[in-house]
Amino acid sequence: MAASDTIGGTPRQRATDYLLRRHRFRMAEALPWLIAIAVFFIFPTRMTFGSQVLVMVMFALSLDLILGYAGIVTLGHAAFFGVGAYTVGLAAARLDWTEPISGLFAAAIAAGLVGFVTGWFLLRYRGLTLLMLTLATAILLQETGNLRSDISGGYDGLPGLTFKPLLGVFDYDLYGHTNYLYALTVLAIIFFFVRRIVYSPFGQALTGIRENVRRMHAIGSPVHRRLVTVYTIAAAIAGVAGALFTQTNAYVTLTVFDFDNSAKVMVMLILGGTGRLYGAFVGAAVYMVLEDYFSKLSPTFWQFGIGLMLVLAVLFTPRGILGLFERIGDYLAERKRS
Amino acid sequence: MPQVANIAVSILFDGLAYAMFLFITSVGLSVTMGLMGFVNLAHGAFAMAGGYVVVTLTRTYGVGFVPSLVIAAVVVGAVSVVFERVLYRRLYKSTDLEQVLLTIGLAFMAIATATYLYGPIPKSVPLPEWLQGDVNLGFRYFPSYRAFLIVLGAVLIAVLWYAFERTNIGAKIRAAVDNRRMAESVGINVDRLFTLTFAVGSGLAALGGGLAIQLLGLSPSFAVLYLVLFLIVVAVGGLGSLKGTLLAALVLGIFDTGGKYLLADAGGFFVYAVTVVVLLIKPAGFYGRE
Repeated sequence: MAASDTIGGTPRQRATDYLLRRHRFRMAEALPWLIAIAVFFIFPTRMTFGSQVLVMVMFALSLDLILGYAGIVTLGHAAFFGVGAYTVGLAAARLDWTEPISGLFAAAIAAGLVGFVTGWFLLRYRGLTLLMLTLATAILLQETGNLRSDISGGYDGLPGLTFKPLLGVFDYDLYGHTNYLYALTVLAIIFFFVRRIVYSPFGQALTGIRENVRRMHAIGSPVHRRLVTVYTIAAAIAGVAGALFTQTNAYVTLTVFDFDNSAKVMVMLILGGTGRLYGAFVGAAVYMVLEDYFSKLSPTFWQFGIGLMLVLAVLFTPRGILGLFERIGDYLAERKRS
Repeated sequence: MPQVANIAVSILFDGLAYAMFLFITSVGLSVTMGLMGFVNLAHGAFAMAGGYVVVTLTRTYGVGFVPSLVIAAVVVGAVSVVFERVLYRRLYKSTDLEQVLLTIGLAFMAIATATYLYGPIPKSVPLPEWLQGDVNLGFRYFPSYRAFLIVLGAVLIAVLWYAFERTNIGAKIRAAVDNRRMAESVGINVDRLFTLTFAVGSGLAALGGGLAIQLLGLSPSFAVLYLVLFLIVVAVGGLGSLKGTLLAALVLGIFDTGGKYLLADAGGFFVYAVTVVVLLIKPAGFYGRE
């Protein structure tokens, strides 16, 4: 404690203090988890939907790593979600490998590998070229799946998958209670891993790359290696999210690779706020709840609504819902002082 | 005629017609992106809007197909200026991400509006007599509509080439694409130039949308479905290059048609495979500047 209060010290010590200070947990960080647990008791009949929200939070979190922290703009993040979803789906349907937790690891490895290989090639490019190449990656995977629909089930997908009970003990119930707690546990583990990454020196280097690539090159930072590393990690996490998606829904179709899926997760993240970890939570939850409500009312109206939200978000709250709160907080603090 | 040659001619002919559609629709996007580096994902929405204007004019008001195309291009071109002045210009200096988000948002709103007004089912247009059926080119028959597309495409290419290479405005556009700051410092008003090219580009997209109704079918999802193709044409051709856009449209149009003729199952595989290969070798596209 005392160390962070002193102004002096060597630069190295000050840098360590800075990182440690940011890494320390704040009280408010317990809030999303308390809400997630409260939801379990308040809406016991909506747990299937709840699990979907948690899956999307995880997916958005993985995008936040590369988009929010490293500043890589991609239109094909669904590729990794899809690889993870199909790793588990194909393993269950074709190889009878239905143990869920080892399935998650397999999905992480498969998606991570795809992320590593594509990232190695693609992360040399920027701007429109990168957008097109990431988009094409997702579509090529989808087309490959479609080409071998004898294995992948094509656009009809792999329906009616069953998985072994969790840890061999907890079986799945009709209301999805087990699934919800399972997804929440996995999300918590992934989250603390991601949190460690972004507050580490490696995370600082990523932010540096986002803010000014040239300067990072100039100070000798291995930019390409760092980008490929974070891309691989994000791909693996997206793969886990995809695997959870397949496991909690008990089916998977080729639409997981859709451009819509890539766009949707980006919209969620932007809505919540990029580069701030909890933006993924707020964005995914708000988006999914609104979608659930409005798309039942009228899908057309809902689509117009997302479009309008995006336009307004870009024009007025570039830092998302959390950024908006932050600004309101700053404003109030300012008024109190004067 | 032997079977193989017959198929080859069909692929070339259909591919050429498709390439003309791709060129007409994408060329505006290429020039505006070359000028301002603006990632406009709402370009497909302008094309879709053009298509629906044509549908409304021909079906509700009984206007002929060809006059409808012209009106659609003019109307959408004019409306696009409003969007450019009110929304786009605020984001010229913003990041790729913000431009992507704003324009995806606009595309979603356009799709929803089109679904609300016209329903999700694909629309068709009544074609004049001379565009229906086949036309005899001496050695075999070809669909008249595709022949019309090819002729129209060739005329537009000639007009655009002249405007780009031989007029004062064309020279200014080329200068601004090459080096915007330098162009501005010698007194070229790039801002106004951009508005002009944006309007022409959106108008051409609307024309492409009108032409697509018969070729590909028009439903609200057109705005996103084909947007990917337009962007690919632009990226593969190289930003701001007329020649590049034409070459990319030809290569992708013929590859896609050939792929669908020979290997129906592979679907869109070819287009994306070609895109990845070209962009990995030449990241800035055929004629783009590094």
